[in-house]
Amino acid sequence: MREKQERFVVTFATTTGAMAMERACRAADLPGRLIPVPRSITAGCGMCWSAPPDARQELEALVIREKLDVDGLYAVLL
Amino acid sequence: MIYLDNAATTRPKPPGVAEAVAAAMNEYGNSGRGTHPEALEAARSVYGVRQTLASLFGCPRADRVAFTPNSTMALNVAVSGLLGPGDHVLSTDLEHNSVLRPLYRLRSQGAEVDFVPADRQGRIDYADFDRLLRPNTKAVVCTHGSNLTGDLVDIGWVGDFCRRHGLLFILDASQTAGVFPIDMRKQHISVVCFTGHKSLMGPQGTGGLCVGEEVEIRPFAVGGTGVQSYSETQPEAYPTRLEAGTLNSHGIAGLGAALMFLERIGWDAVRAHENALARRFYESVKILPGVKVYGDFTVQERAPIVTLNIADLDSSEVADELAERFQIATRPGAHCAPRLHRALGTEDRGAVRFSWSYFNTEAETDAAAEAVRTLAEEAL
Repeated sequence: MREKQERFVVTFATTTGAMAMERACRAADLPGRLIPVPRSITAGCGMCWSAPPDARQELEALVIREKLDVDGLYAVLL
Repeated sequence: MIYLDNAATTRPKPPGVAEAVAAAMNEYGNSGRGTHPEALEAARSVYGVRQTLASLFGCPRADRVAFTPNSTMALNVAVSGLLGPGDHVLSTDLEHNSVLRPLYRLRSQGAEVDFVPADRQGRIDYADFDRLLRPNTKAVVCTHGSNLTGDLVDIGWVGDFCRRHGLLFILDASQTAGVFPIDMRKQHISVVCFTGHKSLMGPQGTGGLCVGEEVEIRPFAVGGTGVQSYSETQPEAYPTRLEAGTLNSHGIAGLGAALMFLERIGWDAVRAHENALARRFYESVKILPGVKVYGDFTVQERAPIVTLNIADLDSSEVADELAERFQIATRPGAHCAPRLHRALGTEDRGAVRFSWSYFNTEAETDAAAEAVRTLAEEAL
């Protein structure tokens, strides 16, 4: 398995919310990708946005600016 | 075959629709079920079509567009999820059974329903909405355009009526979506129910509902959603709240291709072409002895439908003759619109409906008019 690194993770209530995040990040040229939600956040299922921790500030600003429907923001070792 | 049954389903579909469905079947995983490339490709495609539909209907957000298999299901979701015993609901005689049966069932559960009556020409009087209003009236549920006559309802007027009286407005856009302007915000529409396979020219098995902000619909079906798996209840967030089970991402991909085609041609150009053909046919047949045309043709803006009867012939007999002898596809019978047939006085024999799409031509239209002329002469 890969060595764990700190990641900034954004979760969503719906797949549609995750799609909106991905599209907004691509348009704004911000880093990250959709991955399965890790168990350290929830034991459910679904997808989340995983990005390098140094992108956190820009991503949070994007979420506010684009009124993206996010469930939670986390710093996680993945 | 000259296909003039586009109010039942448009045929053919635009170039690219079948190809998009086939590509999706070969390439997509399950939207919202995993994050491998194939699942994400499906989810991205579905999301893109949500965005297009939200823009088309003036829906405030893409996540307020929920997919269903058709507009009947969308109407069931809206009616059962917003209304209940003790509520009073207004509708019209123009409705299809997709509106009527959910309302009749609601009535059997303790709600009250009144229908704005249609006259012998199929017209409604908007003053009747005020006359039928009650203190417990909660909603208007009505069609944008009659699937029988093509007559339109002034949804700007109905939306303003609902705004003035604090009512929900649930719109059945089955016959008009994509061809006639619908703007949820400007026209104060709470829920737009649409089907993908008629005027939107997509595959059968696609449809949905656009839900206005602050409109909270109780889920009709509950089940797998790909999120919040350990919750015993359906997630509350839209559109997941209304989308239990795997989506028809293959069909939705086809619907997306159809929407791209319509955008490229232009909604106004599509409407102008279809209406010009329907009007051309009407002008040809209205003067024929023995032919009775239904609906209000004093109005220029109408769905591309002309419905008629010939002498005292059974509509089924006429449609069969048109198909077998002239290779013209039409729809006879009751068209799932029992209240309007009663209003028009055609309950006993139905009527023959001709309906156009963007792919019909003047030559086809003239051939259909000539076939009606022949049958009318033979009937005299």
